[in-house]
Amino acid sequence: MSFERVAITKEAAEIVNELKAKYGELIFHQSGGCCDGSAPMIFEKEDMYLDESDILLGALEGVNYYMNQDQFEYWKHTHLTIDITEGRGSSFSLEIPLGIRFIIHSRILSEEENTALNN
Amino acid sequence: MSYSKPIFKEKYGNFINGKFVDPVGGEYFENNSPIDNTLIAKYARSQKEDVNNAVAAANAAKEAWGNTSAAHRASLLNKVADIIEANLEEFALVETCDNGKAIRETLNADIPLSIDHWRYFAAVIRAEEGSATELDANTLSMNIKEPLGVVAQIIPWNFPLLMLSWKMPPALAAGNCVILKPAEQTPSTATLLMEKIAAVFPPGVVNIIHGFGPEAGKPLASHSGVNKVAFTGETTTGQLIMQYASKNLNPVTMELGGKSPNIFFNSVMDEDDAFLDKAIEGAVLFAFNQGEVCTCPSRILVQEDIYDKFMERVVARTKAINQTNPYDVNCMMGAQASNDQYEKILSYIKIGKGEGAKVLAGGEACKLDGEFANGYYIQPTILEGHNKMRVFQEEIFGPVVAVTKFKDEAEALEIANDTLYGLGAGVWTRDAHQLYQIPRAIKAGRVWVNCYHAYPAHAPFGGYKKSGFGRETHLMMMNHYRQTKNMLISYDKNKLGFF
Repeated sequence: MSFERVAITKEAAEIVNELKAKYGELIFHQSGGCCDGSAPMIFEKEDMYLDESDILLGALEGVNYYMNQDQFEYWKHTHLTIDITEGRGSSFSLEIPLGIRFIIHSRILSEEENTALNN
Repeated sequence: MSYSKPIFKEKYGNFINGKFVDPVGGEYFENNSPIDNTLIAKYARSQKEDVNNAVAAANAAKEAWGNTSAAHRASLLNKVADIIEANLEEFALVETCDNGKAIRETLNADIPLSIDHWRYFAAVIRAEEGSATELDANTLSMNIKEPLGVVAQIIPWNFPLLMLSWKMPPALAAGNCVILKPAEQTPSTATLLMEKIAAVFPPGVVNIIHGFGPEAGKPLASHSGVNKVAFTGETTTGQLIMQYASKNLNPVTMELGGKSPNIFFNSVMDEDDAFLDKAIEGAVLFAFNQGEVCTCPSRILVQEDIYDKFMERVVARTKAINQTNPYDVNCMMGAQASNDQYEKILSYIKIGKGEGAKVLAGGEACKLDGEFANGYYIQPTILEGHNKMRVFQEEIFGPVVAVTKFKDEAEALEIANDTLYGLGAGVWTRDAHQLYQIPRAIKAGRVWVNCYHAYPAHAPFGGYKKSGFGRETHLMMMNHYRQTKNMLISYDKNKLGFF
C-alpha cells in the first residue's frame, strides 16, 4: 500500500486548476517565518529557484509541493492537507488576488505511514 | 473610555509624485476591519503600470533630493514627526481599526515609537560624519557616503505605521527616494500619513503603491529602476525577492521572523518582589500585539525546579487578559489581523494538541458578542510540550506560546538555539554571570536581558540565521541605503616615473 504526505481538498483543487488554466505550470512552496509565513504558496514553475535543499513532498493536481529540508526535519512526522480559506495574505502567492488563501491542516502520521514514509 | 470606528473616504488611490492618483487599470480592492469584519474603504489594486509610474517619479526626483543638505532633510523628517505627533490619536484609531490591535497599544506604542524613529534619523544625519585618512604625506583617502537612488520597501501588516517608520526615515535621511508598498491587509495609516504630509517632500521623493503581492509587489521588487529592496515578511517571499534582486545585482535587507526563546532561570523566583512580577509579565508578553510580532517570545523555557510555581503565576496572569472591544482602552488584546491568520492560528493549536501538547490556558477562539461577533479573536493560549513539536518550531504569529522546562544552562542553550531562526530572545535571571554569558551564547540578533519587547531607536535590530540580515532602528541602517564614494587624492606634484 502506498502512503502520501500531502492531500488537497476539493475546494482547493478547483482553485489550483483555475490558476493552472491562467498561469500554466505551477509549484507549491511551504514558507516559514513571519507574518504570512507557515503557509503554502503557489507560484509559476519557473519563478522560484529550487535545488536539492528543497524536498518534494508530493504532487497535488499535477502541482509539485516543496519544502526546504531544514523545515522538513521538523515537519516530516505530519501529514498535510491543503485547503482554502477566505482572507487576504500579502505574499506573492498567485491565489491572493482572488481574496482567498491556501492554508494547511495537519495531522500526525500514523505509525504505519511513518514507517513507510520516513524509514 | 472607548473610541469608535473612524470615518474613511469611499476609496483611496496610490500616492505617486506628490499626489493621490487612481490606479491605471481603475481597479480597487476592499479592505475590511478585523475588529468586526466591516468595510473600511477601497484601496488601489495596482498593477505593473502603476509601479512603473512610481519608479519613474522616484527616478526623476532622486538627483535633486540626493543633493539636498543633511540639515534640510533632517528638518523635513522632524516635520513628519511633528505632524504624526499632532495627530497621534487619529493615527492610533485608524491603526486599531485596520490592524485589529488594542487601542492602548497604538496610543502608547505604535504611534509614539513611529514618531521617535523619524526624529532619531533626523538627528543621526546631523551628527555623523564621513572619514578621511592620510595614507602617506601626499595621499588622502576620503570617504563620502552617497545615496543609492531609488529604494523599494515592502512591509508587513503587524505594525503598519511603525514598520513604515522603521524603513522610510533611514532611506530618506540617506538621500534616497522611496516607493513603499504597505501590506494589502493594512493600507490605511500609510495613506493617512501621505494625506497629512503630502506637501512636506518634493514630488517623487515619497511614493506609496497599494495592491496585491503578485500584481504589485513582484513588479516592484524586480524592477530594474530600483536600486535596493528592503523587505520584512516570511522566508519564501524573502527568497523570491533575493532572486529578483540578483537579476539587477541589487542589495537587499531582509527581516524574516523567528521563534524566539524566552528563558527563565531559577533565580527569578529567589524573591517574591517587583522583579519577579516583571518576569511574569515578560513571559505573558507572548500575547502582546495578539502575538503578531516577528520577535514574539513564543517559546517559554523555564528551569525545572521553579517550573510549576512559575507557570502557575504565568497561567493566572494570562487568564487575566481582558479581551473586549479593541477601541476600549481597557482592552488588553485585540483581533487577529485577518481571517486567514485566524484560521492558521486555530489550525496550529489543533496540531499542537495532536502532537500531544497540553493546553495550560486558552486553546480556543474567543467569541465576542454583538458587533464584534464577526471579528477574529483568539484566546491567549499556552501549550506545554517539547521542542521538537511543530508548535515549538514554527512561527504561528498568534497569541500562542509553547512552554517547556530545562535542567541547566547547557540544556537551556541547546533548546534556545535549536531553531531555524535567530531574531530575538529573552533571558531572565538574577545571576550576574548568566546575565552576560547566556545572551552571548544565544544565536540571535537581539537578546533582551531582564526585559522583552522593547524597540527603542538607537539599538540595532535584525536577525541571525534564517531571520535575515540588516540592522534597523539604528544608524547602521543608513549604510544599507548608501554606497561609499572613495576619493583618492594625490598632493604629490611629481609623476610616478613609469612612462
